[in-house]
Amino acid sequence: MLKLAEVNALLCTEVLCGQENMEREIVTACGADLMSDVLVYTKEKTLLLTGLTNIQVVRTAEVGDLMGIIFVRGKRPGPEVIEMAKAKSIPLMLTELSMFDACGILHDYGIRGCVERVPRNEL
Amino acid sequence: MTMEYGGVWNGCLEMNSRQVIQLEFFLEAGDFSTAGEASSQIKRILQQIGVKAETARRIAIGAYEAEMNVIIHSLGGKMRVAILPDRTDISVEDNGPGIADVKLAMQEGYSTAPDHIRDMGFGAGMGLPNMARCSDEFSITSEVGVGTKIRMVIHHP
Repeated sequence: MLKLAEVNALLCTEVLCGQENMEREIVTACGADLMSDVLVYTKEKTLLLTGLTNIQVVRTAEVGDLMGIIFVRGKRPGPEVIEMAKAKSIPLMLTELSMFDACGILHDYGIRGCVERVPRNEL
Repeated sequence: MTMEYGGVWNGCLEMNSRQVIQLEFFLEAGDFSTAGEASSQIKRILQQIGVKAETARRIAIGAYEAEMNVIIHSLGGKMRVAILPDRTDISVEDNGPGIADVKLAMQEGYSTAPDHIRDMGFGAGMGLPNMARCSDEFSITSEVGVGTKIRMVIHHP
């Protein structure tokens, strides 16, 4: 379990909004650019790491009860995305790390994925 | 998207066993800026009346997938929601083009969404199966050239 403030220190993030919610704790994380998968596989108390910066990312975090969003690879969302996240109390952070490295660091510190395995599709 | 309140709900969010909150949302094709606003409002009401977080989450996810589907694929439609003390009942109806092979559309990974939808993180063929997964009762009927109807019922434990 990590507090968002600890995640920020580990990933050297810039906090875009939600500074007041940095005491939130996360247990699991999800690295994805596919919001449909996020909606299927995440649980609550989850942090989302993504390379997408559109408004649907904030919507997905809202309906899925996610604890916050980290944009990887230095991707910066537009002001309308930040405004919506503020209104919905969803913290947004930005890291210059790649998706792989950002997820790897959190994994090193005990954060795990939301699902261990998904049964393979049979065609 | 516009919303209308009807039924007996008068803005008081304490429900007794006979009350029902009815909501109606009009969904405009291609309106991605408000996509998800209906689900957001539904979720807020569920939280206010004390529906368990995990249940409210399932309902909001099902509603959001439905909203996205109508906005992505149809020519527009509407979502009607009835929140009762023991369940939430969501009906979604859209106008054309309909789904030729519903069974195929229900398969995970099957999608007809164009690239610009995939670039937004949707259109991966997970929407309909996810709606079914979130629901306790799920039904879909579709007619090519007319439209698609979906019903999701989620019980409040």
